[in-house]
Amino acid sequence: MDQLINYTLFLADNALIMGHRNSEWCGHGPILEQDIAISNIALDLIGQARNFYQYAATLIGNNATEDSLAYLRDVKEYKNCLLVEQPNADWAQTVLKQFFFSTFQYYLYQQLQNNNDEQLKAIAAKALKEVTYHVRWSSEWVIRLGDGTEESKKRIVKAVDELWMFTGELFEPASYELNTNIDFIFLKENWNKRIRSIFAEATIDVPAETSWHQSGGKIGNHSEHLGFILAEMQFLQRAYPNSEW
Amino acid sequence: MNLEENFQQKVDDEIKIEPKDWMPEKYRQTLIRQISQHAHSEIVGMLPEGNWITRAPSLRRKAILIAKVQDEAGHGLYLYSAAETLGISRDEMYDQLHTGKAKYSSIFNYPTLTWADIGAIGWLVDGAAILNQIPLCRTSFGPYARAMVRVCKEESFHQRQGFELLLTLSQGTEAQKKMCQDAINRWWWPSLMMFGPNDDASPHTAQSMKWKIKRFTNDELRQKFIDMIAEQVKVLNMTLPDDELKWNEERKHYDFGKINWEEFWQVVGGNGPCNKQRLDARKNAWADGEWVREAATAYAEKKLAKQTTNAA
Repeated sequence: MDQLINYTLFLADNALIMGHRNSEWCGHGPILEQDIAISNIALDLIGQARNFYQYAATLIGNNATEDSLAYLRDVKEYKNCLLVEQPNADWAQTVLKQFFFSTFQYYLYQQLQNNNDEQLKAIAAKALKEVTYHVRWSSEWVIRLGDGTEESKKRIVKAVDELWMFTGELFEPASYELNTNIDFIFLKENWNKRIRSIFAEATIDVPAETSWHQSGGKIGNHSEHLGFILAEMQFLQRAYPNSEW
Repeated sequence: MNLEENFQQKVDDEIKIEPKDWMPEKYRQTLIRQISQHAHSEIVGMLPEGNWITRAPSLRRKAILIAKVQDEAGHGLYLYSAAETLGISRDEMYDQLHTGKAKYSSIFNYPTLTWADIGAIGWLVDGAAILNQIPLCRTSFGPYARAMVRVCKEESFHQRQGFELLLTLSQGTEAQKKMCQDAINRWWWPSLMMFGPNDDASPHTAQSMKWKIKRFTNDELRQKFIDMIAEQVKVLNMTLPDDELKWNEERKHYDFGKINWEEFWQVVGGNGPCNKQRLDARKNAWADGEWVREAATAYAEKKLAKQTTNAA
C-alpha cells in the first residue's frame, strides 16, 4: 500500500511542479498564442496532478485531501524529479525541459496502460491525449530554436547543457517504483530514440551517454529550487491554517 | 445619397458595418482606438491576476485562475484580430501600447495585495466590464460585435467565479472576512471609474452614440452597476465604502458619493501605483521574446524554401 501511495504521489508531484513552473509564464510569454499554449499545458498538468492527488488521498484516508497533499507537505516529502523544479530561465530552457519531461510522461503513461491498478491506468489513459500534444508542441519548439537563428541555436544548446544532467534520474527507479511493472530499460530506449530523432531535426548534438547525472528528487533530496516553489505555493495555507478557500 | 449618408443610414437601420464597407475615417480611427485599447486591457489585465497564480490557496482555485487569465489572453487575441480588419497590424498596436500612445483600462494599475483581490477583481472589475461590454455585442462594427459575444459569455462566468470566491471568504474565519472587506474597500471606487468620466466630461460619447459604437452613456452604465452591486454586497454580508450610498425611492436608483476624478486622471496620466510596473512587464516580455519570434520566422522561411525547392 505504501508503495502505491508513494508512487501515486510521485506522479502527482511531477505534474504539479512542472505545471507550476509553466504557469509562471502566464502573461509574460514571447508571443500571445504561445502564452496561451503554455498556460494550457500548465492547466493540463495541474489537472493531472489533481487526479493523482485525489486518488492518493483516498488511499491514505485520515482526512487527506488533494490540497493537504499539495499544500502541507514539505520539501523532503515531495517526490518529483529534479528536472521539473529547474527554473524556466529563458524560452529555450522552458521548451526543452517540457520536451524532456513530456516525452518521459508519454512513454510512462503508455506503460501505465498495463498497470494492475485500474485507477492509475484510467488517469494515465485520459492524460495521454494531453501529453501527446505537449510532446508535439515542445518538439516543434526545440526544432524551431535549433534550426532557427544563430542566437536561438546558441540558447537551445546552452539549455541542453543546463538540463541534460537532470534527465538520468527519470530512469533510475526509486524503491516505490520497483513493483509497478514499468520496464525502465524500454522506457529509456524509447525516450532516447525520440530525443535523438528530434535533436537531429533540430541540428543539435545529443550529449554523451556517459555524462554525469544528478538524482535524489524521487526520494526527497531536491535542489534548492523546490523550497522556494513551495514557500510561494503554500503561503496562504500555511499563514491561515484550517481555512476553507 | 452620398457615401457618408449611406453609411449613417446603414447604422440607423442596424445593418452591421463590415471591414470592406466604406466608413468615415474618423469612425475607423475611433474603432481602432477603442478596440486596441480594449485588447491591451485584456493583456495588461493578465498581470495583476497572474500575480496570484503561483500562490493560489487550493489546486481548484489555481486551475480556475489559470483558465481565467488564459481566457483574457484569448480575448486579447480576438480583439487584436478585430482591430486588424481595420488596417492596423498587431505589432503596430503593441508599439502604441509600449510607447504609451495607446491606453489600457486604468484599473489594472492598482496592485493585487491579497488573495481576496482576485475575487474582488472578478466580481467588481469583470462585473463593470460586462456592463460596458454587453451593449458592444450590438455595436455597429461587425467584427467587434462578434468578438464581444464570445468575450461576454466568458466574462460573466468570471464574474460568478469572483463572487463565489468572495462568498467563501465571507463565510470563513475572521481573518478571511477582514481580507474580503478590505479588498472590496480598495476596488470599489476604481471600478466605478472604469465607466469613464461623467457624461459632461466625456468628449467622444455623442459621436460614438450616433455611430452606434456606444449605446449607453458612461453615467447610465455606472448607475446600473451601482444598483446591481449594492444589492449583491448584502449577500456577502459586507459593505461598500461609501457613506452616501442610499436607495432613492423617487429615482428608483441608489444615490452615491463623489468619485475622486483627480485620482482617475492621475492614474490615466501614468501616476497610478503600478503603471510603470505593468508597462515594464509588457515591454520586457516583448523585448525578451524578440529572439524567439525571430527564430520562429527564420525557421518558417527555411521550411518554406525547402518545400518550394522540393516542389520544383
